[in-house]
Amino acid sequence: MEITVNINGTDHTADVEPRRLLVDHIRTGVGLTGTHIGCDTTSCGVCTVLVDGTPVKSCTMLAVQADGREVTTVEGLKSADGLHPVQQAFSDEHGLQCGFCTPAMMLVGAALIEENPAPSDDEVRWAISGNLCRCTGYMNIVKAIQAAAAAASSDGDG
Amino acid sequence: MLPARFDYVAASSVEEAIAAKAQGGDESRILAGGQSLLPMMKLRFATPANLIDINRIGGLDTIERHNGHLHIGALVRHADIAASGEVSGAVASAAPWIADPLVRNLGTMCGSVAHCDPEGDWNSVLLATGAEVIAQGPSGSRSIAIGDFVEDFFTNTLADDEMVVALHIPVPSGRSGGSYQKLERKVGDYATVGVAAHLELAGDGTISAAGVAMTSVAPINRKATGAEAVLVGNAPSAELFAEAGEAAAAAADPRDDVRGSARWKRRVVAAFTRRALAAAAEEAQA
Amino acid sequence: MTDTTTTPPEIGGIGHSVKRVEDARLIEGQGNFLDDIALPGMLHMALVRSPVAHARINGIDSDAAMAVDGVLAVVTGELMAAHNLAWMPTLSGDTQAVLATDKVRYQGQEVAAVIATDPYAAADGAELVEVDYDMLDAITNPQQSLAEGAELIRDEKEGQTDNLAYTWETGDEAATEAAFAGADRVVSLTTHYPRSHPSPLETCGIVADVNSVTGQATIYMTSQAPHAHRTLFALVAGLPEQNIRIVSPDIGGGFGNKVPIYPGYVVATAASLLIGQPVKWVETRTGNLISTGFGRDYYMTGELALSNDGRIQAMRVDMLSDQGAFYSDAQPTRYRAGLFHVCTGSYDFPHAHIKCRGAFTNKAPGGVAYRCSFRITEASYLIERLIQTAAYELGIDPAEMRLRNFIQPEQFPYETATGFVYDSGDYPTALRKALDAAGYDELRAEQAAAREEGRLVGIGIAHFTEAVGAGPAHTYDIAGLKMIDSAELRVHPTGKAILKLGVKTQGQGHETTFAQIVAEETGIPSTDIKVIHGDTDDTPYGLGTYASRSTPVGGAATAMVARKIADKARHIAAHLLEAAPEDIDRDADKFFVKGSPDKSVTIQDAAFAAYTNLPEGMEYGLEDVTYYNPPNLTFPYGSYVVVVDVDADTGVWKVRRMVALDDCGVRINPMIVEGQIHGGLTEGFAMSSMQWITFDDDGNCIGSNFMDYLIPTAWETPRFELLETVTPSPHHPIGAKGIGESATVGSPAAFVNAVVDALAHLGVRNIDMPVLPDRVWEAIDSAGG
Repeated sequence: MEITVNINGTDHTADVEPRRLLVDHIRTGVGLTGTHIGCDTTSCGVCTVLVDGTPVKSCTMLAVQADGREVTTVEGLKSADGLHPVQQAFSDEHGLQCGFCTPAMMLVGAALIEENPAPSDDEVRWAISGNLCRCTGYMNIVKAIQAAAAAASSDGDG
Repeated sequence: MLPARFDYVAASSVEEAIAAKAQGGDESRILAGGQSLLPMMKLRFATPANLIDINRIGGLDTIERHNGHLHIGALVRHADIAASGEVSGAVASAAPWIADPLVRNLGTMCGSVAHCDPEGDWNSVLLATGAEVIAQGPSGSRSIAIGDFVEDFFTNTLADDEMVVALHIPVPSGRSGGSYQKLERKVGDYATVGVAAHLELAGDGTISAAGVAMTSVAPINRKATGAEAVLVGNAPSAELFAEAGEAAAAAADPRDDVRGSARWKRRVVAAFTRRALAAAAEEAQA
Repeated sequence: MTDTTTTPPEIGGIGHSVKRVEDARLIEGQGNFLDDIALPGMLHMALVRSPVAHARINGIDSDAAMAVDGVLAVVTGELMAAHNLAWMPTLSGDTQAVLATDKVRYQGQEVAAVIATDPYAAADGAELVEVDYDMLDAITNPQQSLAEGAELIRDEKEGQTDNLAYTWETGDEAATEAAFAGADRVVSLTTHYPRSHPSPLETCGIVADVNSVTGQATIYMTSQAPHAHRTLFALVAGLPEQNIRIVSPDIGGGFGNKVPIYPGYVVATAASLLIGQPVKWVETRTGNLISTGFGRDYYMTGELALSNDGRIQAMRVDMLSDQGAFYSDAQPTRYRAGLFHVCTGSYDFPHAHIKCRGAFTNKAPGGVAYRCSFRITEASYLIERLIQTAAYELGIDPAEMRLRNFIQPEQFPYETATGFVYDSGDYPTALRKALDAAGYDELRAEQAAAREEGRLVGIGIAHFTEAVGAGPAHTYDIAGLKMIDSAELRVHPTGKAILKLGVKTQGQGHETTFAQIVAEETGIPSTDIKVIHGDTDDTPYGLGTYASRSTPVGGAATAMVARKIADKARHIAAHLLEAAPEDIDRDADKFFVKGSPDKSVTIQDAAFAAYTNLPEGMEYGLEDVTYYNPPNLTFPYGSYVVVVDVDADTGVWKVRRMVALDDCGVRINPMIVEGQIHGGLTEGFAMSSMQWITFDDDGNCIGSNFMDYLIPTAWETPRFELLETVTPSPHHPIGAKGIGESATVGSPAAFVNAVVDALAHLGVRNIDMPVLPDRVWEAIDSAGG
């Protein structure tokens, strides 16, 4: 079945089997490997992407369901202005160790701070509770997302 | 852990979806949020020959109040309910505890209800509130009381040529409140024990109607009718709620499993029933 | 925070929280993980695993699988046996099936492999491989396994007549028995440290690319120990070692799970060799959970002989481990239960005797050091639970009980009753600091008041001592390979450097911290140093990263090679400054003539001169390599205090506070050290509260996916308050001890002690992990609370 998915601002047209998972299409069809796979049961969230701005688990969506929609992956976070505030904050606050869950965590963080410019510790933890991390104990991920929120709102003010 | 092959159709109308479903018979499945179905297909526990995607059908994503009930369309996501200003009581209380935040962004309430997983939270909420499932077939739609909709675990009473298009949850005209208490081991876990409570108060403050239903402590979500009988006609009090809690615990039929003993689950039912009723009464009295 | 820096931030030596070099690629999705590797002509492999725990194989029918479009081959044990690869050695001297030929011995065991052009086709094929099994009774615990008349699991193993995997003992039995006979009090605790699984978010995988013409085998794999794996591949597969190149790319977490060689690696390599194309295999999550290296599964009874005033006189331990179907613990050869004999902990007493047995069961093999230095987690848990039990029995406050028995600062180096020589420590200061931060006295007062009101509040303490950094070559080897490690440093003419390591990061930040060590020792800014690791063709030999050995061994090698470079640079500087080498001094960023600091050259000047202007007789270049054989292990320690509130109605408990003081000696990068502690505490919390693998009576694994094997999310995970003391290791070149595992080792006892403490007044002394709400409720209920 032929689909066209806009990924990070570029239309990608491909012929895919209906059973092909969106995550596989992104990784091997389009070749963007920043989106990862970590479980079989929609539990770990390392495959998170934004579909029309909303974070979803791309292992639990068919590629054909994304036909005509806009997908943002970690590769699309950076803009002409440089790193996205969450990217900068994850590095500044040591929000990552092995880096496997990081793209997903950053995308969830980016979506959260769009809606909530100053999330509390609890609000961040709630928002990322569909995503697992084995390395950081979440402490610095929470700190990073809050720092990104602060940076994003001060950018907006300036 | 990849799904087997299937034929896929993206339906553009309910009629088209129903026709496709009728054609495929029990080899067909409706794809709404897909957050239960696709994991089962990846594990190859489910291998439908036909998948009918309803996500491109317009008009199924509404949450609105009319004619004394809350209408929730087939494409309303759990996250939409959690964020909606239209919902209250047990529905509002349960919404944030469904699955995890990302699953809530895709998963639908109607899909969960139709899935009839006894560990699913929504069917307890619907039992407690006395909701109805709106099913549409080739000859029109019909309304099915939730108690009649669930036939067994993972089995509903829909005909092959029907699909769920909405849920109707009564909105009482008087004072009412509700709550859902869930013991989950972590976010994203199914309930080890869940209790939904719904109370309506008469003008004199006594309980005029009560709904109590339980998750994960019986082969299907179970209404605690004994507990409801204890409540109706009486004034809310801690003692009354404790008595209702004991009645609910007696009505539960939990199993010993890796999550804990049946004995313990019964005690959790009693405690959660008390707490859910207290929260419901507080909302109703506010 | 203790400031230990001697270099300015622009040099970024030891003690600076330098931002991680690794982050740049990882935050932009440019990491290169195993599954990201795609080679031309690459095929995909899916494993067929046993659905049952114990059964004889009558036959395997591959016809239907072979008929699937895209399936090229089905590999079975029979084919592997034809190449003498159906069995392979384990890291504990046992053998393990690669693909089962005779029978399956655990659910999830590898039975066949399907090779296809696409992962979907491989999965379709795997569904259709039909295996005919004759069911056998499953043995699901070691007690059952060692009982009279139990079915023999290892019937293929010559001379094996029962299910005993090993026995091991250490300590002075006679002296210990005498101490127990004369003791005022004996306190005991029997507990099970349940089976757990490291579950890094990236599963294991391989891309095997064997060129049938040249014989070159390039093997990309998720390996914590690429050099050791190269040698093992050479020994197992008979490939010439110079033709094997192991490349361990970015690794999505290891935690010990990526230390062993798994059957999938061997099958994929064999398939690539036979078919002549690259073969990729990436585990499913279920495959990872049900077949790869688990941790723990120790049944322990510990006893303390005590005086009435609470002084420990001796310790006695009887331990039985569940090894699964093959004895494959990744551990030093000499020790059969890892370093479990560190179970005397932080306490000063003369006698101990430890007796261990292990049994085969119909469960997955593994016994990896899951974020722990070879069974130290179990040991630390036992003593820290046991001392709390003793405190209750003797009516002594648990904190006071520890203070009375601590090894005192002046006793270091201290030889324990089981022969470890602890390098350094100040335990009383650490515990007091943690207690003060938690407000211990106030908490005890609050607890007493809460009990009056019927509320349950618990305060748990754990003071652990780890033995890490294996290890001295006279004692420590794995499969005969001495546990040394190495570093090679090349300084280019412009003063920029490349550091090559035998160890391999899985997220610990080696590319940053090891450069900081070089910066400290040479004055080359850490940002001018590129760290290379993971590629065996391009790095010096080493045993890899696990057991907290990177900093103690690889870090020491790095410091030592940097000192060699700095010394040569000093000689060059003397030449440039026309002074005698002994008259040259160095500060953070330059060499200067003693007494004339204005007469100086930089390391960069010296580096350029190393290729352009050398003193007479000196060899050109500025590079060197060091193989470091540590004189001893290092012994990090910590004091943890946890406060919990317990809901008596449901047994649900919540962590109110978690105060963690760690002393890991000198901290190379405080930011990274704290990150390691956060992660370790979270895994400790996970094991204590929810994370375990269990089995039903038929040997079906309960915990075979992330819906059943529970890993806490940010929502359940407590907030942590970190503290530190710094007691350098006297024998480590930079005084560092290692930190990666401390918090996982030390914290489970603190969490469990806290919950038990909440119920201690009811007479509750033990709740086994995971401390599930139903277990707490049952404990309250049976205590009549």
